Amino acid sequence: MTARPLPALEEHRPETGLERYRWPLLFLGLIAVYLLFRHAWPAWATIPPEAWTERLPLPYFVFGEGFLPSLTFPGSNIADWFNAIVTFLREHEIFGLFVFKDFTRWLGGLTVYPLDFAEALVISGFPHRSIKIPFEIPAVPWVAAVGLAAILGYYAAGWRIALLAGGSLAYFALFNLWKPAMTTLSLVLVAAPIAAGIGLGLGILALKYRWLEKALWPILNLMQALPHFGYLIPVVVFVGLAHRSGAIATILFAVPVMAKVTMVALRSVPQEVMEAGVMAGCTPRQMLWSVRIPAARHTLMVGINQVIMLCLAMQVISSFIGARGLGIDLLFRLQNLQLGRALEIGIAIVLMAITLDRLSQALAEKEPEHRPEGPFWVVHPYLTAAGVVFLVGGLLAAFLPEAARLPRAMTISVGRSIDPVIKDVVAALYDPLSFIRDTLPAYVLVPLRDFFKAIPWTVFMALLALAGWRLGGWRMAAVVTLYVVFIVLSSWWTEFMVTTFLVFSAVVICVLFGFPLAVWASRRDSTTRAIAFLCDTFQTFPSFIYLIPCVMLFQVGTVSQLLAIVLYSAIPVVRYTVLGLRGVPQHIIEGAITSGCTPAQILWKVRMPIAVPEIMLGLNQTIMFGLFMVMIAGFIGGNNDLAREIFKAKAQNDAGLALLLALNVAFLGLATDRLIQAWAAERKKQLGLD
Amino acid sequence: MKPIKYLAAGGASAALFGLALAAGGAQAADPIKIPLHNWNSQLVGAEIVGRILEEGGHEVEYVPADSGAVYEAMCEGDIDLVHEVWQGAFGVAFEKQVSKGCVVDAATHDAKTREEWWYPAYVEEMCPGLPDWQALNACAAKFSTAETKPKGRFLGGPAEWLKKDDERVAGLEMNFQVVNAGSADALWAELAIASEKQQPIVLFNWTPNFIEAVYDGKFVEFPEYFEGCREDASKGINPNTTHDCGNPKDGYLKIGVWEGFPEKNPEAYAIIQKINFNNLDIAVMAKLVDVDKMEVEDAAAKWMDDNESKWRAWVEGSSS
Repeated sequence: MTARPLPALEEHRPETGLERYRWPLLFLGLIAVYLLFRHAWPAWATIPPEAWTERLPLPYFVFGEGFLPSLTFPGSNIADWFNAIVTFLREHEIFGLFVFKDFTRWLGGLTVYPLDFAEALVISGFPHRSIKIPFEIPAVPWVAAVGLAAILGYYAAGWRIALLAGGSLAYFALFNLWKPAMTTLSLVLVAAPIAAGIGLGLGILALKYRWLEKALWPILNLMQALPHFGYLIPVVVFVGLAHRSGAIATILFAVPVMAKVTMVALRSVPQEVMEAGVMAGCTPRQMLWSVRIPAARHTLMVGINQVIMLCLAMQVISSFIGARGLGIDLLFRLQNLQLGRALEIGIAIVLMAITLDRLSQALAEKEPEHRPEGPFWVVHPYLTAAGVVFLVGGLLAAFLPEAARLPRAMTISVGRSIDPVIKDVVAALYDPLSFIRDTLPAYVLVPLRDFFKAIPWTVFMALLALAGWRLGGWRMAAVVTLYVVFIVLSSWWTEFMVTTFLVFSAVVICVLFGFPLAVWASRRDSTTRAIAFLCDTFQTFPSFIYLIPCVMLFQVGTVSQLLAIVLYSAIPVVRYTVLGLRGVPQHIIEGAITSGCTPAQILWKVRMPIAVPEIMLGLNQTIMFGLFMVMIAGFIGGNNDLAREIFKAKAQNDAGLALLLALNVAFLGLATDRLIQAWAAERKKQLGLD
Repeated sequence: MKPIKYLAAGGASAALFGLALAAGGAQAADPIKIPLHNWNSQLVGAEIVGRILEEGGHEVEYVPADSGAVYEAMCEGDIDLVHEVWQGAFGVAFEKQVSKGCVVDAATHDAKTREEWWYPAYVEEMCPGLPDWQALNACAAKFSTAETKPKGRFLGGPAEWLKKDDERVAGLEMNFQVVNAGSADALWAELAIASEKQQPIVLFNWTPNFIEAVYDGKFVEFPEYFEGCREDASKGINPNTTHDCGNPKDGYLKIGVWEGFPEKNPEAYAIIQKINFNNLDIAVMAKLVDVDKMEVEDAAAKWMDDNESKWRAWVEGSSS
């Protein structure tokens, strides 16, 4: 064990009274200045005036007669400027050669073949749409698919995973979800490898070219912070409205994680391993494929897992632009208030996510085995079993149509019988909850919303800049200020502040309820495991399902929106708090016990301070989840926020406006993200926990 | 290294290239793309239209699509037809594309549509004088909630449907505040619990719609719609404001197709031009799913069994 270096001496220099309170005083001073002069606060410094936002001197390229474009500054707002770019890419021939839109449509069209192929394999059989062959091959019968999944599970990690994989497929068949579930599966099976491949490729390129890595990080951060609808509309414009567009949007959504994980994984391969490779005389290509990538395998698998999860998380959203599968079925059931059936579909999505997650993890961790010698079925027992199952399933299906595709009469659905129960529960809760319905908006939420709407942009910007300065010096202050400048110039200030209000309130509620829950759960192993399971489940469970009960209990309005946001965004704060409290090094706990600390003291004086950086990262994630969910809560409605404006832009296919509004949300997220990360890093350093 | 690796890579890229070339040629045999939205009559109707086209020997493909974004997609040719174009909700988007020339107004159904403020029947007892709008305005306080106090709360449709309810409230100087639901789901969820609990509610609704089969209720009667009501302040009962009228009571329900479709597939276009649903058809389609709890395909099959002579005429009339 290496000795931890002592913290540098200067950090221990006692601070004088004024120095200690310098930052709090600055913040309070700023607020005091505003409060003192708020009546004299000029209007332009409160809400950004239209004169600024509508006539920005943004550069336009005008393609005229000549080969090179000429530059003009006619003055416009940012949304129009974005739209000018979109129109250019849509209609103009670049250098007289090709139209960008045609290129992207052609590229998107390529995904049709793998998608159709996967669909043909698992549901429709060949030939299928673009896969044209002169003879017919039926799809894999469901009985065979269940068996094959079980064998794959057993091969990967034993009977538990076998049961999970086979059971999930059997669930899809028995609950009459075979077709949509297999459509979703085929989409994930196409989108996930493509996304992982692109991410891996970007990561490898970034390893080679430092400048690319530097350029890529902010772009990837932005892509992750951008609300879905920001790029769904451009996807519709540039790829079209179709099943394949859903796949493309899913890929776009999943690539950043994989690229980031690849960069980190490849960079953090231990020096010793690299040196061994050099000594063995590896060429640069061998260094990459035979040394770095195998050494980073486990971290890379985390990335692939994340990709699979994100692909399933996109299922519902991508159905807005044409993706078939479980997502569209879910939306349809919700529209009809068939909550029970929606629940069954939600469970199907969770089952698929968990199965793919566990399977891919198990396959990645599987060490190569020594093969016994002998006949084929001894050397390849799993392949043989798979072949047998396939043959038996095929024969069964040939004689027994029920084995090929379970007829609907033989499927079950308990959804219909759950619906009345849900209705009764909601009706029983309705009156007792009237207290919250009536008082919370009147005394807390409406005044708080008005307060947020009244915060002048100058004060908002100054507060964030000050926080940036405190946590990361003038550079961070500058970056944060630039984010706010963009938002100010976007001309959606009031809507932006309403969104900020929703996220802020939701995060406060998440902490108020999630934090005590996590502290309680972290005390015992059993509750820790239970909470981890709940977090996993709720994170993959389609959040759209919450929306309906929220509306039934609290009407369309702020309370339902907040409840929906909280139900989803509380997950990270709970998860990370438990993780932080449980992850305190054992020797520190033992030290505390030997010093005679009571359990309460160990919790509050030892575990808690050490866990604070971790908890802050959880809070950070909660804010990110909140920013994601505030868009979904737009489907409840009731507030004039950015979500509502994005929906309007979506209905009019206004790609530029959608992108602008999405960037507003993304920049709010990026600003808070940077501030909290910097704060957590500083705390960790102080605690010597690096 | 291993030559087999390169061979495989070469083969794969050659195959991809071949597929890419095939993509260009595959255009002619494209299936007819029909959008699926998220309300029942549309889903059943889409299935019926699809089956009718299949009867006529055409291949169809269903594409889930946002009902707002679909007009732009039809303009691009990503979608071939929309068989439920509601004047109130989508008229503006549809007519914009028609005037651009990329969408063709193919046919008009007999069905008449209406979109208006609506209340479940039990509300009549709480607010005597309904369905008159002035009576509604007089008991606005009964509809108020914590977020709209002291004004009454009108639960409007999603903001992107652009129903101009705020303008109407101002135009008629009503004591109401419009709260826009974010989706149709939110509208029905709130109606479900309100009618269970007999709470006063007034919300956006339309006909033909499954709601009329499930809940008893009426539209609020506003001053009659007239030409210029939304543009000319001096006209209408309030001489100082625009939007001092209700929505038109007999809006159209149309079929729109992509401009390139008639040329590409004239036979299918001939069938589409004959397709004609009336109010009862649309209401039955919705009812089969919502009240009788049938699956969409079964509902479509049932309607086709019951109306065989009707749709046969559309198919056969065009092939002869």
